[in-house]
Amino acid sequence: MADREFKPETLAIHAGQIPDAATGARALPIYQTTSFVFDSADHAASLFNLQTFGNVYSRLSNPTVAALEERCAALEGGRAAVASASGMAAEAMALMTMLQSGDHVVAAGALYGGTVTMLSVNLARLGIETTFVDAMRPEAFAAAMKPNTRAVFAESLGNPSLAVLDIAAVAEIAHAHGVPLVIDNTVPSPFLCNPIRFGADVVVHSATKYLGGHGTTLAGVVVESGKFPWDNGKFPGMTEPSPGYHGVKFYETFGDFGFTMRCRMENLRVYGAALSPMSAWQILQGVETLPVRMERHCTNAHAVAVFLRSHEAVSWVNYPGLADHPQHALLARQMRSVGGAPGASGLLAFGVKGGAERGVRFIESAQFMSHLVNIGDTRTLISHPASTTHRQLDAAQQLAAGVKPDMIRISVGLEHIDDILWDIDQALARARASA
Amino acid sequence: MQDDITELRRILRTNHTIAVVGLSAEWHRPSYFVAKYVQSKGYRMVPVNPRYEQILGERCYARLEDIPVPVDIVDVFRRTEDVGPIADSAIHIGAKCLWQQIGVKNLEADARARAAGLDSVMDHCVKIEHARLFGGLHWVGVNTRIVSARRPV
Repeated sequence: MADREFKPETLAIHAGQIPDAATGARALPIYQTTSFVFDSADHAASLFNLQTFGNVYSRLSNPTVAALEERCAALEGGRAAVASASGMAAEAMALMTMLQSGDHVVAAGALYGGTVTMLSVNLARLGIETTFVDAMRPEAFAAAMKPNTRAVFAESLGNPSLAVLDIAAVAEIAHAHGVPLVIDNTVPSPFLCNPIRFGADVVVHSATKYLGGHGTTLAGVVVESGKFPWDNGKFPGMTEPSPGYHGVKFYETFGDFGFTMRCRMENLRVYGAALSPMSAWQILQGVETLPVRMERHCTNAHAVAVFLRSHEAVSWVNYPGLADHPQHALLARQMRSVGGAPGASGLLAFGVKGGAERGVRFIESAQFMSHLVNIGDTRTLISHPASTTHRQLDAAQQLAAGVKPDMIRISVGLEHIDDILWDIDQALARARASA
Repeated sequence: MQDDITELRRILRTNHTIAVVGLSAEWHRPSYFVAKYVQSKGYRMVPVNPRYEQILGERCYARLEDIPVPVDIVDVFRRTEDVGPIADSAIHIGAKCLWQQIGVKNLEADARARAAGLDSVMDHCVKIEHARLFGGLHWVGVNTRIVSARRPV
């Protein structure tokens, strides 16, 4: 009998967690322990040699964290995953598993500000150079490829630019050069978009956002497709004996989850950005309801976009879920349909007439919309990226990241849509009155 | 070939002796990892490789036909084009299952084994499938594809 292909609504609840072997507990137990005993000296040796699977120390693996890892791998249609203490840690671990000094990265310019800084400042300091290109022009990725390029990095849906990446086109370019495509899929969440289906090789998430959904807990995850040929000669770290791990060859030994094993055993183990079991458990409470939450985020955000577009105090609205958005057709190809329209997630951006100053007043006039820099919460969140998340970038870098000076970002929450529209309307009115 | 959860579970649960054809004595080779793993899970592991006398405490045989005990699973660490004669030997000695490792996928050998009444698995790893279906692989974040409301047994 062929194995059933379970739907994401089912996987969001069940994948990675069957009743506890020891106790039969149906809900996921929190294994709040740093360490695990060895059955014998030989068992310990087998674990350290990676000859058998098992838990040693929670910086490497933990049964509660493993449930989150497997669930994310299942929701993304990937082979394996490794969790981390934050989304930034996930990005850093994914890139450090495939890159070394002297390598080059081609990255979308429209990225989360922290990612731009990691690439242009921190990795540059380690001798890894990045060329930033226009995320909306796949040919720009092709033009930027060099002989030493070892990764292509982009967001499936840009934050806060909302640039939609043509994942299949960019994957084809990366693969033609023998390098993997790494996609940050935080904004759509694995419910709305699965980049691996379109050719991505590694997917990273800030699980802090929609996966958790409650705004209580930081977490990140790296998911591997299991399809990239790491033995193509460009990734010696994947094929040559690991000096940090008794000469294990990760790709030869672990095959289609060799990247994840190397990420775990070399980067998670050494740099130590491990996720706590308590945090993994809290994120998983959110993941169980991801599908129903994402549907509401999409319909609420669409209603907000329609409302803002016809509002006299608003100069522009950027939401790819609007049917006349220039990238709407691409969005429809890549995203799950929600209520007959392509799900565009809960993030949108707009400009307040009167510029940055009046935009800031709008933010200060909101009653329940929260002024903070997170996204993907149950609460509606508002921010002014130019003065917060993208503050460390200069004006040109801000524009390349899709951040205009007057841009307001809204992460539309799950409150009643009438109340959300009311708060936006009264805040726009007060912003105008105070000018 | 068989590759669904129910069949793989049956094959790994009902068989007890695994002959590892092409087993290396080098500790860091994948075949050694697999052999050591199946020993630790209670299987009788029989090495098959003319280059060695003994591996992992077990006498090593040059050919499947030389093994004096009944063999259940013939686990093949050889190139795809070399599997044919091994499949014939597996049938000849009355093995229950021909198992071709990851990257090994000889369709003719698969067809011959199945026609002779053997179970046949291709392009899968005994260790990874055992750990996937009976626990262990989940702990390193691999998508086991198992959805169940029953305790692992």
